[in-house]
Amino acid sequence: MTAYFFEDTAVLTGRSLRHITRSLDTIITTAITPIAIMLLFVYVFGGAIDTGSASYVNYLLPGILLITIASGVSYTAYRLFMDTKSGIFERFQSLPIARSGVLWAHVLTSVLSSMISVTIVVGVALLMGFRSGAGVLAWLAAAGILVLFTLALTWLAVIPGLTAKSVDGASAFAYPLIFLPFISSSFVPTDSMPGPVRAFAENQPVTAIVNTIRDLFAGQPVGTDIWIALAWSAGILIVAHVFAVITYRRKIV
Amino acid sequence: MTPSRVQEPAIRVQGLKKNFKDLEVLRGVDFDVARGSIFALLGSNGAGKTTLVRILSTLLNGDAGTVSVNGFDVAAKPAKVRESFSLTGQFAAVDDILTGRENLVLVARLRHLDNPGAIADDLLDRFSLKEAGGRKVATYSGGMRRRLDIAMSLIGDPPIIFLDEPTTGLDPQARIEVWEAVQELAAAGTTVLLTTQYLEEAEHLADRIAILHEGRIIVNGTLTELKQLLPPAKVEYVEKQPSLEDVFLALVGDNGENINAGATSKER
Repeated sequence: MTAYFFEDTAVLTGRSLRHITRSLDTIITTAITPIAIMLLFVYVFGGAIDTGSASYVNYLLPGILLITIASGVSYTAYRLFMDTKSGIFERFQSLPIARSGVLWAHVLTSVLSSMISVTIVVGVALLMGFRSGAGVLAWLAAAGILVLFTLALTWLAVIPGLTAKSVDGASAFAYPLIFLPFISSSFVPTDSMPGPVRAFAENQPVTAIVNTIRDLFAGQPVGTDIWIALAWSAGILIVAHVFAVITYRRKIV
Repeated sequence: MTPSRVQEPAIRVQGLKKNFKDLEVLRGVDFDVARGSIFALLGSNGAGKTTLVRILSTLLNGDAGTVSVNGFDVAAKPAKVRESFSLTGQFAAVDDILTGRENLVLVARLRHLDNPGAIADDLLDRFSLKEAGGRKVATYSGGMRRRLDIAMSLIGDPPIIFLDEPTTGLDPQARIEVWEAVQELAAAGTTVLLTTQYLEEAEHLADRIAILHEGRIIVNGTLTELKQLLPPAKVEYVEKQPSLEDVFLALVGDNGENINAGATSKER
């Protein structure tokens, strides 16, 4: 049965990728909110924000990419929820397949679609004057961190996707995640914030991830932030994965 | 397959119990289904039919008792059980965003069969969905969705099929189409367990009928045996009126074939 794990996962991933290519609006919606926030901050508020960096769009982009990923994974929860409601989930569970493939297909689809949205947002940022001095390795490192963060949030999204009672409930978990970059170093340097807010901002995962990607894009050496960023992402990934698998096992007997 | 397996009943349920918290849904269910027969489980809403089908389909565990499907215990050998049956649940389990053909190809590939495309085309043809095959399932009528759903269940020719209220919510024509599909399956040797709340459906299709009431099988027998439970029939003279169904089908047409299928009752 598990002999078919890769084959079954590939077939099921092909299916959910079709859902994305047939309703491109999910990718567009995922990309549009972060792009709107980026336009707003670069062209409206940005002039009044002093980041100490020459280009505000360069400063802003990493945080915007995390917002893109957070809104992308809310669709993962949505797609999983729709499958459990429609009965197709039970059909898959009643077939002689590797059952975990059903979950992995959604996870892979989530990563792929988030990366497409991220690419669109980076494209718009380039049009808005984003420039990077990063070499190939730095780009790969940034992409790797984004993929790891996407995987972590995706496994988190699996839990409401499997347990939610309504569509709204399935995607509501993403709102705090979308909001988290606002209280981090994504938009303004944390040293401008009052004490407790600053303490929160500097010790939550987004700041370390944003700082690391910003350094990578700027072609500068990354500090210890990269280890904090990796530790947060891997930690969230492992904990979310464990709980997601427990939730799944409960659901499927 | 060993000879002893062939002689075993296709489905054997013994002492099956299932509670949901304080609610006793199944309180000791026993029955066998012979290979190649159509077995109807009759019961009102909430009688426990769907719970029973979900346990048979390895989607739910029972609390007590043993259940075997195709000779395999559902708790000990769920993978073997899943190779032996196919489930058509109460609500059509189809993918709305894919086309009808893609739905069939998907299941054929998940069953690891060769030539998924050819299997899909053949089933589209058999279930009169050839023209609709390239359209998204979201555009299908209720009857078409149900036909596609059943077609998806036939992929890989599983020896046993569970149909949970297959005709609930269907119009009379669609219901007759489902009945014909079930009869074809049984004629080809497939064991069919179907649940229904429609008495005439059980009467029309089933070799054996069991009535599930408040979590127990209260009777189990052929239609003739069940009829003998009541006092002998009295002779009354009643003017033969066409039923509303006869009128509906005659007016709507549907190329005549189905009218016969609907009016002729099955002799067994």
